[in-house]
Amino acid sequence: MTAQVVTIASGKGGVGKTTSVANISVALAAQGKKVTCIDGDIGLRNLDVVLGLENRIVYDLVDVIEGRCRLRQAMIRDKRLPDLYLIPAAQTRDKTAISPSDMVRLCDELRQEVDWIIIDSPAGIERGFKNAIAAADRVLVMTNPEVSAVRDADRVIGLLDAEEKGPAALIINRLDPAMVKRGDMLSVEDVLDLLAIELIGVIPEDENVIMASNKGQPLALDGKSKAGQAFQNIARRLLGEQVTFMDLESQNLFQRLLGRK
Amino acid sequence: MVESPSLIQIKGIRDGLLITLDGASWPELVNAFVKNVDERLSFFQGARVVLNVGLNELRVAELSTLRDQLSERGITLWAILSESSVTETTAQNLGLATRISKPQPVDFKVAPEVLPEDAAKWVKGPLRSGGRILFEGNVIVMGDVNPGAEIVAGGSVIVWGRLRGVVHAGAQGNEKAVVCALELVPTQLRIAGEIAVSPKKQAKSQPEIACLKDGQLVAEPWHK
Repeated sequence: MTAQVVTIASGKGGVGKTTSVANISVALAAQGKKVTCIDGDIGLRNLDVVLGLENRIVYDLVDVIEGRCRLRQAMIRDKRLPDLYLIPAAQTRDKTAISPSDMVRLCDELRQEVDWIIIDSPAGIERGFKNAIAAADRVLVMTNPEVSAVRDADRVIGLLDAEEKGPAALIINRLDPAMVKRGDMLSVEDVLDLLAIELIGVIPEDENVIMASNKGQPLALDGKSKAGQAFQNIARRLLGEQVTFMDLESQNLFQRLLGRK
Repeated sequence: MVESPSLIQIKGIRDGLLITLDGASWPELVNAFVKNVDERLSFFQGARVVLNVGLNELRVAELSTLRDQLSERGITLWAILSESSVTETTAQNLGLATRISKPQPVDFKVAPEVLPEDAAKWVKGPLRSGGRILFEGNVIVMGDVNPGAEIVAGGSVIVWGRLRGVVHAGAQGNEKAVVCALELVPTQLRIAGEIAVSPKKQAKSQPEIACLKDGQLVAEPWHK
């Protein structure tokens, strides 16, 4: 096996990177793929919480890198999906505890064992971000339909180009079709117009996401909610399937989007 | 391998250490430098470093590798000084500074007379947030200039795309400089000493040209 390494980054905090990493990983694992997700947010870890695996952490990413344990020992197996593993971040250290080349080495070792490695980047464009993208084959840039988040996404896309990690693909999170209709929110088109990169997913605003995060039960597990379906669609697109974009009440917009390349 | 001490010069400056690498090929310079650092790790640890790379033309991979090597040793590389425009662009792409003192109003290394009037820098767009182009002649961007990006040109600026960032044309006081774009909606527009912001969005977008008329910045539709 040679895993694909995918990093989710955004620049701005709070746009939904961790939730997406959890849900995309769950969706890939539900398709029978062997998946390891890595929390790159050293010092502010919470991917473990969203996945409901907090109480099972013994070793973390920094322990592996500093040689206090073997890679296998830091991989926490999910209780629901036997093919899903988490390598948690250290909570008591900071971003400088690891370097980009440490991440490359770790992922190279891990590549032999799994199909997908999904890395959760911290917010910002400094060390933590550089660590998170160092090993990436592909980067998904996440944004909300808000001017400030889009601005940061633009900056991140520029940095990815400069680091020769492009072209990135875009996930737009927390889209509220009703607000777009009223003209109170940027539309998918507005965002794409500025960022000019490939779109890989649109996730509608959905209160179930917050409830699921609090319970540590990722939404993509059941897939009844629209947001859960959207995450499953992203996973299928990563696997190379052609999946049409969901209808979020605004058919015209999405039909136009499909015609766009 | 004989390490010539003249390859590397280290000097303390207000903003950290100024290190000049010159007189050999880039891989040799990097090797010598990294070796030097490893020998005196306690001296370098935690240092903020400016590298003067002279005429070396460096690409992203070379600079980012060096930056990673240094950061593994606890050294922050924050600026690159170079006489090559390729290296400067690379450094800017990586978010590194390319001059160490606060920029003077605008101070290009080449005096404007030296440069032929019609020299232009070709920039492949889009120029994204955080991107910065500084050029003593004219600048042509093929693609959008996004909000958060900045172009400072001694001459005129032409954007074949949407201009939504900040542009300063005629930055050395050339009042004949113009700015044109397929859609002219900059965050801020400066020509020579005048500053303007875009008026509220118009109904229909069209190519426009901005210039100075009687000391006033005006934008007009492009029909010619």
